[in-house]
Amino acid sequence: MWRDHLTEIIVFSALFLLVSAMGFVAARWRAPKDMAHLDEWGLGGRNFGGWITWFLVGGDLYTAYTFVAVPALMFGAGAAGFFAVPYTIVIYPMVFLVLCRLWSVSHRHGFVTPADFVRRRFDSPVLALLIAITGIVATMPYIALQLVGIEAVLKTMGVTGESALARHLPIIIAFAILAAYTYQSGLRAPALIAFVKDSLIYIVILVAVLYLPYKLGGWGSIFDAADAKFAASANPNDGVLLNANNQLQYVTLAFGSALALFLYPHSITGVLASRNRDVIKRNMSALPAYSLLLGLIALLGFMAIAAGVKPLPGAKEGSVDSNTVVPVLFDQQFPDWFAGVAYAAIGIGALVPAAIMSIAAANLFTRNIYKEYLKRDASPAQEANVSKITSLVVKVGAVACIVFLDPQFSIDLQLIGGVIILQTLPAVALGLYTRWFHRGALIAGWAAGMGLGMWMLYQIPNAATGRKHFGGSAFPLADFGFDTKKTIYVGIVAVLVNLAVAALVTLALRAGKVPDGVDGTEPDDYFVDESDPRVTPGPERDADSAREPVA
Amino acid sequence: MTAPDPEAPEAPTAARSRAKDRSPWNWLLFIPIVVPLIPAFFNGDSPRLFGFPRFYWLQLAWILLGVTTTTVVYQMTKKKRGGGR
Repeated sequence: MWRDHLTEIIVFSALFLLVSAMGFVAARWRAPKDMAHLDEWGLGGRNFGGWITWFLVGGDLYTAYTFVAVPALMFGAGAAGFFAVPYTIVIYPMVFLVLCRLWSVSHRHGFVTPADFVRRRFDSPVLALLIAITGIVATMPYIALQLVGIEAVLKTMGVTGESALARHLPIIIAFAILAAYTYQSGLRAPALIAFVKDSLIYIVILVAVLYLPYKLGGWGSIFDAADAKFAASANPNDGVLLNANNQLQYVTLAFGSALALFLYPHSITGVLASRNRDVIKRNMSALPAYSLLLGLIALLGFMAIAAGVKPLPGAKEGSVDSNTVVPVLFDQQFPDWFAGVAYAAIGIGALVPAAIMSIAAANLFTRNIYKEYLKRDASPAQEANVSKITSLVVKVGAVACIVFLDPQFSIDLQLIGGVIILQTLPAVALGLYTRWFHRGALIAGWAAGMGLGMWMLYQIPNAATGRKHFGGSAFPLADFGFDTKKTIYVGIVAVLVNLAVAALVTLALRAGKVPDGVDGTEPDDYFVDESDPRVTPGPERDADSAREPVA
Repeated sequence: MTAPDPEAPEAPTAARSRAKDRSPWNWLLFIPIVVPLIPAFFNGDSPRLFGFPRFYWLQLAWILLGVTTTTVVYQMTKKKRGGGR
């Protein structure tokens, strides 16, 4: 069956090999004198300019899974899937100033991870450990999901097999190559590859949104076809517009996801790698170009409806794999060679975020677990080495998740990941503005938010897949005793409870005069920029940090 | 906040950099955060634009709102800094 897709496979493989070669060469791109430093391997020398940051962060936030799953959601549920657009609009004005503060304080003190910042700001290794573990747990399934994106493409090209090993062999090979060049080149590899990935995606989507409506009878008939499909379905919550009951969910999901996005370690890694505050601010205006792209990609879901796409069967008997909607659409509508290019765009699109995520998770482990608890006097070279090895372990873990577990498990975990990463908001994001919260109270708030969030997710069934628990993120308010059919995004409720608990416990601990540690940052640290003599790039920072407590 | 900085040569930069972040222009950033989250604006079919129901074209149009606002805030707050260098 794969023989029918030979042209696609050849184009896909050629482009894949090209970027793999780029990944290895990247070590020499903007090469430092000494790669054996976490700032070099893990943050690309902290010296990326506007264009590189745009490609890197764009390639990092808008992942292959997004490109596959958002249209799949539109295909299945309609308007509710379009939340990705307001989500990626409100995020940039929201973090416009916040990320600049994080950049400044991180460059002033040599922080590599958000947990590094929390450690110094709140003088609490325990809180920092919780932030680090939360980040790692939230990132791992995200990496695994990138594989789901590649798998959807491979499946459509007919690259499947009878045994589990044969089916997964292409993915194992792809990730082995990815692991090797990430190990060698660090953040420079995804930064360089992102140029190719994003260029391919822009070309594919421009062609798709101009050519496909022409083939399918225009945008009006595409929306009418979607409307007809949802009108015929039994589900009351689908449709080309929102209804009275899912508007609150739509808005809170968009807002909550926006709050969560820049708490993810991989987003912060991309931001900290930029050269100065101006690069960040300019990117906040330029990154929405990707949101437009995402909005158009989302509409591929409706085009698939209009084209009468039938998704390929899923892993279980009788189920369908909705993630194959877009690949099948391309396969039906495009000439073979161009479908191959489109598949390569998705496949390579998975590699960039997977590399950055594994680097971010590895940095968290190195800085906040290894250096904090295992080897306090680790040298920068040792740190870089541990991070490189950890990034390998993380990728093996992600592949194992996909090979040995039901992919649905990773999707559930990623859903949970968004809710739990949001629980680091009070310590990381508010911590950039205020040290009013007591460190003990932040721990209490984190625990309350996590507990409530997990409980709420556990309560949500999914009628479509027949699952009783972890069926989605839309929590019916009726379960709280309200007399309504409205639903709300779990993460928002959990983080509000988190904040309330943190505030109350802060008051209690202050009243009880419980020691609150020493703030290791100064107000000015949050405004320094590249030209400031106190911001010392790269290796020289070690001399400066001597005045800071070593352990 | 802590001791010797006022005498140090970099102090003026630091003081100016604090002023850099504070600007009334920053309040504009609330517009593209709040407006896209009000469903009453976009949750309808008509008027259609190039066949797109309002739900879709209006939400895509808000990308422009976001870009314009962040660009204006960046440019207006940058000028002050330009004078400082």
